[in-house]
Amino acid sequence: MSQLILFNVTNGFIIGAFYVLMALGLSLILNLSGVINFAHGGFLALGGYLAYTIAPFVGFWGALILSPILVALLGLAIERLMIYRLYGRDPLYSLLLTFGLAFIFEDLTRAIWGATGLPFSVPAFLTQPLSPDLFFVTQYRLFMVLVVALVVGGLFLFLRFSRLGIRIRAGTFDLDTVSSLGVNVRRLRSFNFALGIYLAGLSGVLAAGQLSLEPTMGANLLMPSFVAIIVGGVGSLPGTLVGGLLIGVAAGLTTVFWPAASEAVIYVMMAVVLLIRPRGLFGEEGLLS
Amino acid sequence: MTGEGARQQLLKLALIWLVLLALPIWMPLVGGYLALGTRVLVLGLAAMSLNFLLGFTGVLSFGHAAYFGLGAYGTGLALKLLTNSTPLALVLGALLGGMAGALLGALIVRRRGVYFAMVTIAFGQVFYFIAFRWNSLTGGDDGLRGFSRQPLNFGFGSADILNNATYFYLFVLAIFALAVTAMGFLLRSPFGHTLLAIRENERRARFLGIPVERHIWLAFTISCFFVSLAGSLNALLNNFADPTMLNYTQSGEIVIMVVLGGMRSFWGPLLGAAVFVVLQDYLSSLTTNWMSFLGAIFVLMVLFFPRGVLGMNFIEMIRSARLRLRAPGLSR
Repeated sequence: MSQLILFNVTNGFIIGAFYVLMALGLSLILNLSGVINFAHGGFLALGGYLAYTIAPFVGFWGALILSPILVALLGLAIERLMIYRLYGRDPLYSLLLTFGLAFIFEDLTRAIWGATGLPFSVPAFLTQPLSPDLFFVTQYRLFMVLVVALVVGGLFLFLRFSRLGIRIRAGTFDLDTVSSLGVNVRRLRSFNFALGIYLAGLSGVLAAGQLSLEPTMGANLLMPSFVAIIVGGVGSLPGTLVGGLLIGVAAGLTTVFWPAASEAVIYVMMAVVLLIRPRGLFGEEGLLS
Repeated sequence: MTGEGARQQLLKLALIWLVLLALPIWMPLVGGYLALGTRVLVLGLAAMSLNFLLGFTGVLSFGHAAYFGLGAYGTGLALKLLTNSTPLALVLGALLGGMAGALLGALIVRRRGVYFAMVTIAFGQVFYFIAFRWNSLTGGDDGLRGFSRQPLNFGFGSADILNNATYFYLFVLAIFALAVTAMGFLLRSPFGHTLLAIRENERRARFLGIPVERHIWLAFTISCFFVSLAGSLNALLNNFADPTMLNYTQSGEIVIMVVLGGMRSFWGPLLGAAVFVVLQDYLSSLTTNWMSFLGAIFVLMVLFFPRGVLGMNFIEMIRSARLRLRAPGLSR
């Protein structure tokens, strides 16, 4: 039993790490630009599929580095072409636009790579389990958690100490003031959007080695990421981090006792949080609400 | 309103109802089939109900599919397990969705804007997973089967809405008329005007002592009730309910119908639903990549025609263009 619990908690933690990467990207974009990016899951899937396609040429490590960058560039192009027109308008429009983009992404991925799952091979030394007892803790999973931890740590350091990062955080609170202080807000938002999409692409590559490559793989992670943001508190990136891990582990634990409810439980958690602490665990009152 | 305006309004209404009432006659003539017309009515009702909230209260709900689907499952289960009266099942389905809306609405009325949208989207998914996972009751992924709409019995006679498509269309039209009239009256009442005031300037409404949260909660509940009624009708139409009806993609489709038709217009969403349903039907018969085309419609719509390409805005556009033509000297 304890092994079963450990197994599912580990699973939940890993899934939670995906939620965190995805939700952090969504959060960045939402906080600075007020856009809920429905196409985020599409970017994630694209990251995975691109890695699958370029891996034979550049290897796993090359794909891990290149694929998210390519996806981020595509994100940048889409932001520059379409999404920037909707800043400051009713959030309905950016919702609908990215919703349509999500449709197109999923359909094109299916048209190019097929609807059935594809295998994505990771280096052999990463597939070994840690020990026979802990068969579910493969090296790849440890590696994944390590990458997520590094990226998240790097992101927080960047936002805390670099000039660009400080501007992004300042813009979350008061974009007008940031703008009047001479910062090119237009460019700041573009960069921020690309950064968010980079995180989606990266989680796509990591997910490709863990889950299987399917056109809907990103869309399936999208809703839990929303929940992670709301539970953690809109406007707070540390909140998003905690929220993602929390709901991942909660879903994992529920799988042990009541598998059928493993998806629904996170929404129950969200309801409880909204009831007891409407702003979310780490949310600031009044921001975006 | 001037006499001229009132007469035009009356004429417009007469025209809309005439077109809808005569649909079984003209639909086959233009190459359509009646079930498509029924689908337009059902989704039109869903879109108009959402617009009660979106267009007239100014609250962005992106999770209405949940209540649409709840109505469908409620009606399906009622027909399967409880009763063989179609109207009773319809009422039960609508009440189920309405009650769920009232409960969740109470949790979220304090949120606004993007935050409200995100919470409604996320909460919508709960019901999707319940329908998807509770196999013994809902049939899970395969959907709910084993029920069918029952003939209506009026006492003095009966109408076989199961086998006669025209009778069923007229039944749906009657329910549609009831619901739409109710919403129309609500919007004309002081309550409806208060909703408009909240939409236009929430802070001012609050200063005037209007209990804003209670009004938004009521509007949300009413909207959920009617969208759920539309879902119930959808279950009757297909004699089937499946989890995709509850999914957020369905919510997005209802929202785009509203925007397509024009959010500021009462009848616009019906027209938006008509265009969307016919286009979807046509595209999915034409290409397997219809999802891309649908997505492209969303994108183009938002970028180039954010006020709705159709509906009353379009008529306004023609009218103002004609006015400009008539009096070239007066226009700017």
